[in-house]
Amino acid sequence: MIGLSHYLVLSGVLFSIAVAGIFLNRKNVIVLLMCIELMLLAVNTNFIAFSAFLHDLSGQVFVFFILTVAAAEAAIGLAILVVLFRNRASINVEDMGDMKG
Amino acid sequence: MSVESVLFYLFGTILVASALGVITARNPVHGVLLLVLAFFTAAVLWLLLQAEFLAIVLVLVYVGAVMVLFLFVVMMLDVNVARIREGYAKYLPLGIVIALVMAAQIVIVVGAQAFGLEFFPRPEALPADHSNTRALGLLLYTHYVYPFELAAVILLVAIVAAITLTLRHREGTRTQDVSRQVRVKRADRVRLVKMDSDKGEQP
Repeated sequence: MIGLSHYLVLSGVLFSIAVAGIFLNRKNVIVLLMCIELMLLAVNTNFIAFSAFLHDLSGQVFVFFILTVAAAEAAIGLAILVVLFRNRASINVEDMGDMKG
Repeated sequence: MSVESVLFYLFGTILVASALGVITARNPVHGVLLLVLAFFTAAVLWLLLQAEFLAIVLVLVYVGAVMVLFLFVVMMLDVNVARIREGYAKYLPLGIVIALVMAAQIVIVVGAQAFGLEFFPRPEALPADHSNTRALGLLLYTHYVYPFELAAVILLVAIVAAITLTLRHREGTRTQDVSRQVRVKRADRVRLVKMDSDKGEQP
């Protein structure tokens, strides 16, 4: 039988893969954004699994809000990416040291 | 094995494999398409957890809108793949080690000894006429109505931000500026010239 721990382990593995993706593709902003989407997917799966096993629908409401914020984040992130590419014809993170942070 | 176990392991395997494909894909377009596959399989898993509304929202809104936006941007930008892959092999060992350590820690914490079936028993299947959408709506429009309004404001801010970021005024294009048209005075357009009617204007 599939228990709560199965879902939690699956989303934990998914989250770790996304973290590894951020390490591997640290030059490519598009893949970084995609890894963040994967992380949010793992977290949402966690929320829904707990919501189902605890008989509490609030978890699903939270997933709803996370999806909303993630959509807004993706739209703004991609807009910034387009402006960046227009200004310097590259999306390499290495080329973005202007603010010397 | 029950049908549920078969579905869980099948789609869980596809989910992990497509996530691995996302982070290793050489071509960003393939990466986005694999991410779409990951979202689809995650929607199936959410269906197994009886969250039907969110599973459909994930497919319709997330795959249908956000991932297509990703695909648009990836195809619009002419990315130099070779340059952007620099350092991939260098960070590979570190990335794998960190991912394995993190996964091991998470598995230790959330494994079956703490979150197994004896602690969290299987939720009984909801009756066939139970509407997940209706239940979610009843909760969302009563108890969570204020956060719901805030989410709408966040979406509005995102629209405004995305449009103002990507809007550009190009010189030389002939566009209609309504406010300038409304503001125009008679003196800007009409010039009255005094001249004799019979002789005409001498060149």
